[in-house]
Amino acid sequence: MFDFFFNLPIFVQALIKGLAVIMVIFPIAGACSLAERKVAAWIQDRPGPNRAVVPWIAWIPFLGKFLQRLGVFHVMADGGKMLFKEDSLPGHVNKFYFIAAPILAMIPALTTVTVVPFGAYITGNTVVPLALAPLDIGILSVFAIGSLGVYSLILAGWASNSKYPFLGSVRASAQLISYELSMTLSVIPVFLWVNAPGREATLGFARVVEFQSQPGFWGGAWFGFLMPVSAFIFLVALFAETNRQPFDTVESESDLVGSFHTEYGAFKWGLFFVAEYSHMIVGSAVFILLFFGGWNPLPWVPLSDVAVWLHLVDQPVILGILSIAIFLGKVLGMIFFFMWVRWTVPRFRYDQVMKLGWQKLLPLAVINLLFYAVVIAFLQK
Amino acid sequence: MAVITVERKPLTFAERTYIPQIVGGLKTTFKHLVRKKQTLEYPEQRPAIPAGYRGVPTLVKDPNGREKCVSCQLCEFVCPPKAIRITPGEIPADQPDRAHVEKGPQAFDIDMLRCIYCGLCQEVCPEEAIFLQNQFSMSGYTRAEMVNHKDRLYELGGTLPDQHFKWDHKKAAAEHGNAH
Repeated sequence: MFDFFFNLPIFVQALIKGLAVIMVIFPIAGACSLAERKVAAWIQDRPGPNRAVVPWIAWIPFLGKFLQRLGVFHVMADGGKMLFKEDSLPGHVNKFYFIAAPILAMIPALTTVTVVPFGAYITGNTVVPLALAPLDIGILSVFAIGSLGVYSLILAGWASNSKYPFLGSVRASAQLISYELSMTLSVIPVFLWVNAPGREATLGFARVVEFQSQPGFWGGAWFGFLMPVSAFIFLVALFAETNRQPFDTVESESDLVGSFHTEYGAFKWGLFFVAEYSHMIVGSAVFILLFFGGWNPLPWVPLSDVAVWLHLVDQPVILGILSIAIFLGKVLGMIFFFMWVRWTVPRFRYDQVMKLGWQKLLPLAVINLLFYAVVIAFLQK
Repeated sequence: MAVITVERKPLTFAERTYIPQIVGGLKTTFKHLVRKKQTLEYPEQRPAIPAGYRGVPTLVKDPNGREKCVSCQLCEFVCPPKAIRITPGEIPADQPDRAHVEKGPQAFDIDMLRCIYCGLCQEVCPEEAIFLQNQFSMSGYTRAEMVNHKDRLYELGGTLPDQHFKWDHKKAAAEHGNAH
């Protein structure tokens, strides 16, 4: 079976791999919408969506009831509604850009997924990361492509030809640009640390995870422990970049109705929705790769040790699946954290967002960078 | 009144970073996340109705199964949104068990699209014939369906315990020659 796969033309292999990743990302984005509703409900002492059920699954004695109570069929109901309701196109919009905006929102969301490694297996003594396109410039490409997402918001707001979307998109662009700066500055210490003259692919994520999997106390420590301030700045900036509470001034319904997607409905709105969740997933994945050990199950316990304990060193498929499960588990944990924070911290006002970004986070990121530059200069003298 | 000047303490560094407060908030929300759910799942689980609840107005019968309403029309007059319409009628002579009842309504309609559940009809009724009972949900597909007619009102109301037995006393008095 593996020989058959590896004998296929290279672009067919790439296509299958790409589809496999999309088939994982899309259901996760769908499940996230349900998780969002469920977590919101539980935090508010409600049971949450628990009514929809498909008859022949309801007949399964215990499982059917459990799935119904969990609300899994509400995902289908929501998705089906979004697909089949009228896809309205208001008369006052610029039609070309109005339709282009949600498509443009999906492109960076699905493109950044390709460079993020999501697991690893071991051949011989080397840990081989699993990724669609393990680029040498990993983090740079994520920042470069991920920040294109703001164009879709601007385009949507402008093409809607209505004031709330317009104001929302202006806010979105200002917010995303402000926090991108702190975000980039916060990851530089990590790459200063893992880099060395003459090494290859040192901006890639795989190298960062490899660095966090070394033996010894300092080698096995995740960057989240070595650089808590960096991790904190990155996390805050990530919340702002993904327009999540408490930084969702972009979508604050009390003053902006629905912001840039006010005029959107049905499937076009759904694309924005999926793009937002994909951004969250990719952002969480990057955060975990950089600061929380990637596919290593626990700090000071790298995947290679686990493979030796479980005798999986010569079982690339099983080890690969195990590492993907560990990584996805961490990503889903992060997504839960996003939702948890959403119902804990109230929304900042727009001026507070700007003040926090420019006057607090940016100076902190610069000081943090200088501090680690000096420390690393002494350590790696 | 003496004015007490409270010194406002400056925020500590930890407080100005927000982080301890956010962590505290996260703890609180997590407690709620795992706590017992506080809501009722409505159609299956019904709320406990407190005493004195003002639900849908209904007509009640006395323990002898006779209508208590004597169609005095006080409720019709007092009803603020004019939801009640009564057509007064005589008691037919061929009903010996209602012989001493003064009068009865021929028709009694309450338009539930107008009713504001104020309870003034219950308060004003001299015969204790109309009660706002526990039913809290009323629905229908047409306007006509939302008008409760007399039979429906008695069906909703049923029989409530009665302390007065007014018509029994009237009957007893008549049998003793209406002495006083």
